[in-house]
Amino acid sequence: MKLVLDIAWTHVRSRLRQTLVGMLGVAMGVGFSIMMAALMVGSQNDFIRQLVDSLPHITIRDERRDPPRQPVEDLYQAVQFSGLRTPVTRPGIKNPYAIIATLESQKLGKVAPSVESRAVIRYAGRDTAASVTGIDPKREAKVSKLPSQIRAGSLSSLYASSNAIILGDRLAAKIGARIGNTITLVAGNGRRMSCTVVAFLHAGVANIDETQAYTLNKTAQILAGQIGLVNAIRIRVGHILDARAIAARIETQTGYKSVSWQEANEDLLSAFEIRNVIMYTVVGAILLVASFGTYNIISTITHEKTRDIAILKSLGFTERTVRRIFLLEAIIIGFAGTIIGWGLGYALSRALGSIEFKSPFVDATHLPIEYDVTHYLIATAVALAASGIAGYLPARKAARVHPVDIIRGAS
Amino acid sequence: MPSSAPGAPLIRLDKVTRTIGDGVVTTLVRDIDLEIRGGEFAAIVGPSGSGKSSLLYLLGLLDAPTAGDVLVQGENANHLNEAARAHLRLSLLGFVFQFHFLLPEFTALANVMLPMRALRKLDERAMQERAEGLLASLGLAEHAHKTPDKLSGGQRQRVAIARALANEPMVLLADEPTGNLDTASSEQVLEIFRRLVDETGRAIVMVTHDLDLAARTDRQIRIVDGRIV
Repeated sequence: MKLVLDIAWTHVRSRLRQTLVGMLGVAMGVGFSIMMAALMVGSQNDFIRQLVDSLPHITIRDERRDPPRQPVEDLYQAVQFSGLRTPVTRPGIKNPYAIIATLESQKLGKVAPSVESRAVIRYAGRDTAASVTGIDPKREAKVSKLPSQIRAGSLSSLYASSNAIILGDRLAAKIGARIGNTITLVAGNGRRMSCTVVAFLHAGVANIDETQAYTLNKTAQILAGQIGLVNAIRIRVGHILDARAIAARIETQTGYKSVSWQEANEDLLSAFEIRNVIMYTVVGAILLVASFGTYNIISTITHEKTRDIAILKSLGFTERTVRRIFLLEAIIIGFAGTIIGWGLGYALSRALGSIEFKSPFVDATHLPIEYDVTHYLIATAVALAASGIAGYLPARKAARVHPVDIIRGAS
Repeated sequence: MPSSAPGAPLIRLDKVTRTIGDGVVTTLVRDIDLEIRGGEFAAIVGPSGSGKSSLLYLLGLLDAPTAGDVLVQGENANHLNEAARAHLRLSLLGFVFQFHFLLPEFTALANVMLPMRALRKLDERAMQERAEGLLASLGLAEHAHKTPDKLSGGQRQRVAIARALANEPMVLLADEPTGNLDTASSEQVLEIFRRLVDETGRAIVMVTHDLDLAARTDRQIRIVDGRIV
């Protein structure tokens, strides 16, 4: 192997300029791939992080995934109903505090009851639709990042006055409400309530900041016209990726629809998957283009070294050994280019990460960059594989050189 | 020192024919029966295009016959795969060509060590000592660390001879080894060959069109139109 390495190294060293061009080709491919992966994954993770941090990981709602089974189905194997009247039930989760106690005893995560409703906020002659969520501030602090998202006030301000309300900062700006102002909430059932703005919320996600409002559970229950109502139980789990499995388990236990953050954002996550496929396709294409440079160099070297190949074979070098020499040359170029590419990729990522910008959708002021060793390993594997394939074709051709043909021609 | 049963042929060609071309077939050598024994210094002579080099390439397993058998130490090389034939060339045969064919990026010493490193019979130090010894015996001790472009034509050819002898081959095959050399260098090469045959008992088969050189060998094999006459 050392002999093969010596010959390969001598060849690439003797064609320094070509070798450097080949290495730079691979380095550019690896560097830009790493940068692109860092940026794509960085922005994806940042978005998910904001999304997951802003909301509970699992929400149990007073809904069933499937309609209740009718007795007639069991008796007559009916396949269709018409004019079915289902009994009117009180909205809300039955025995919510018993469910909360059970979930807490199972140590699935932190649990908080809430009352979710839609309402119109009326202020200064303007009507704006909003999601009003009743919370228990002490428990809520354990299931979401709400306390850290409160601006101009605190979560405990909800206790400071009767019918206190926290508004998303964009929502407040839209209606022109300030701290201490009294706004009117109009629920879907027509019930009206005057509330005092005690704080603003800034989640950093436009959709939340523009539509969300928080009150105490009690206030939300009055607005809904049902004392004791809890129509959502919010859970924060230890490991966010476990949320889907835990949600399924809770749903089996309680019968209520239990939605994990992954399920709630399924379309977004599948969009990320498509984005990843596109990203890795582009990364592969970049490295494939770079490998053409390697192919060109190894082809040139094998062409220039045909006579040397012939003499090596006449001395007793096997086809396999000759093939390995030129394959190794391609790997040397690929590996050296990859090392340079790591540095280039890191530098480009740092440079991109330092660019400041303003986005209307998220709160970040710099491009989010994910520094992940996996990106470097993937780029390395693809670059080395591409270099290997690029080198293999001319190496195979070189190994098939018939020494007699060359020796006769050179004599 | 090569080892073989006394008197037994090191290489034997048995009714060997070599043709080339698919449509228009050209016969390079035809029905050759030939034996090369240890301690023999033979010259293959004949006019240009008579098949001298083709015969040498068949003897050296660089080419394979279209018909007939090539036996090296009694083993039929026709039945061997590419790797096994390469191993026989590496361990039992040495080649010197009209052009030196040294690897230009390697020093004389590194060129001589190449076959030894490929065979991997000796450790690095032993290989270097042996290569230095070979170069010294051919008067090239002070040129060991020079690359071929720093050597004269005669010196390059002597380095090529040293490389051919690196693995102590039983048979040295030389194709017009003095073809590119001046008279003094040609004389040197011939003296080296004679010394090798007399002192080590190796067989040397040399292709030449120079009848004066051929006359100084032990045996002349004359070939005309691909046949030994």
